[in-house]
Amino acid sequence: MRDFLRRYWRTLTRPSAYYSLGFLTIGGFVAGVLSWGAFNTAMEFTNTEQFCIACHEMRDNVYQEIQPTIHFTNRSGVRAKCSDCHVPKDWTHKMARKMQASKEVWGWIFGTISTREKFLAKRRELAEREWVRMRANDSLECRNCHEFGSMDFTRQSKRAAEAHSTSLQSGEKTCIDCHKGIAHRLPDMAKQ
Amino acid sequence: MKCLATIPKGFVFLSLLLLTPAFAQQAHDPLRPGAGFAEDPKTAPLVNAENDDKKRVRSYAMQPPTIPHKTDNYQLDRFANRCMMCHARTRAPETQATPISITHYMDRDGNFLADVSPRRYFCDQCHVVQMEGQPPPVRSTFRDVDEIIRGKARK
Ligand code: HEC
Ligand code: HEC
Ligand code: HEC
Ligand code: HEC
Ligand code: HEC
Repeated sequence: MRDFLRRYWRTLTRPSAYYSLGFLTIGGFVAGVLSWGAFNTAMEFTNTEQFCIACHEMRDNVYQEIQPTIHFTNRSGVRAKCSDCHVPKDWTHKMARKMQASKEVWGWIFGTISTREKFLAKRRELAEREWVRMRANDSLECRNCHEFGSMDFTRQSKRAAEAHSTSLQSGEKTCIDCHKGIAHRLPDMAKQ
Repeated sequence: MKCLATIPKGFVFLSLLLLTPAFAQQAHDPLRPGAGFAEDPKTAPLVNAENDDKKRVRSYAMQPPTIPHKTDNYQLDRFANRCMMCHARTRAPETQATPISITHYMDRDGNFLADVSPRRYFCDQCHVVQMEGQPPPVRSTFRDVDEIIRGKARK
């Protein structure tokens, strides 16, 4: 076994006798681009709605609930996908979130929220986590689509304009402080 | 009764038979007014709720005021009460919503509770939105008590 490994190691470390340096450089570059592309494509796939609702935990709970809300169908025909609100756009944060999500795969395997009852029991904790995250990044995901600078208060309803021109403008509050439950039903809010 | 009995049975049957098409045409599904069972009526477009925050007249002192804003997708179940997130006593300074009045804290024996009474928890049981430019679906002959008193006084 050790001999076998040593032989391979030697092959790997010895300069190539068959291929030119140019071929290796360009070939390596192309292979790198391809695998990077494949990696990102795979990552993109995990961002699609189909992927998110492939497990019944998501399909039977949150996906059902988002359907009557404005982010599913609206007069403008723009849909906010799961990843638009739950996955940061820039690469570093996206990777960090995907690593975290690996833990959620464990939850799926062990059926942490495999029934509606288990989901409801766990819901406050899950929601709380999203609220903390969005408060920390100043509701970045909302702002990717809704830009404060592009809001025309004169076009908003009275209640909206009132709230947005005061504590939102001053930065005292962020979107998620007032718009909890925008896409799903809220967890039990009476619990502490 | 006697004269009814003199009418031949066949005649009664025939006239009933003649009437049926008329019935069939009138027969309609109460859930789909204005259309027969077999027809495929065009649905009227949806109308938005008025959303201008303008208080409307209360027709009598005990009337639950109608809601002057839209309530689309406001959650109101055992988990959360979206209305109370603005209309609670403590939320008024921030939201400028009228806090619920004292009657909402009373149980049926007239005791004042610390929070909204269970029988007032489901707000939409009494408070409703008004649809933009829609005439009331049911005609009403209600007259304001002021009008009645003043009407009497003028006479
Ligand atoms: C993918 C882009 C996108 C993202 C991300 C997004 N929204 Fe929206 N949002 C929309 C669109 C599109 C509409 C509907 C516009 C219309 O047709 O009126 C909308 C509508 C709304 C409305 C209006 C609801 C109503 O009843 O009129 C609110 C409130 C809102 N979004 C809040 C949020 C919050 C809070 C977040 C972050 C958690 C968020 N949005 C994230 C695209 C997005
Ligand atoms: C201080 C509380 C508050 C904050 C912070 C806040 N909103 Fe709102 N927003 C409201 C209220 C109140 C309404 C109107 C009532 C409703 O829609 O439920 C509203 C309505 C809206 C609407 C619908 C506009 C309309 O005319 O009805 C959109 C879109 C919206 N908010 C997006 C956002 C986004 C995006 C952010 C963050 C950048 C944000 N809001 C932050 C309170 C807030
Ligand atoms: C418009 C933004 C938005 C979209 C789109 C969205 N979510 Fe959410 N999601 C939220 C927010 C905000 C929370 C935090 C809890 C809350 O406020 O309801 C949340 C919470 C959750 C939770 C935690 C449990 C809970 O309900 O609180 C899960 C799971 C979840 N979302 C999954 C999904 C899935 C799956 C999709 C796609 C079908 C999706 N979300 C689409 C904004 C969104
Ligand atoms: C985002 C905050 C907000 C939410 C949520 C909200 N309201 Fe309001 N509501 C207001 C404001 C602001 C007013 C206007 C107060 C005024 O100036 O008359 C109002 C007015 C009202 C009035 C009229 C009061 C009067 O004296 O004429 C009623 C009734 C009402 N709301 C009921 C409801 C119900 C029922 C719900 C839940 C389905 C609800 N509201 C949810 C903010 C809110
Ligand atoms: C059983 C019927 C009923 C229910 C349920 C109910 N209300 Fe009322 N509400 C009334 C009546 C009647 C009035 C007017 C007389 C009064 O103030 O008691 C009123 C008045 C109000 C007012 C105006 C108060 C004022 O000082 O002018 C507001 C705001 C209001 N209700 C909000 C709510 C909210 C929010 C809920 C849900 C938590 C709710 N109501 C549940 C019957 C109801």
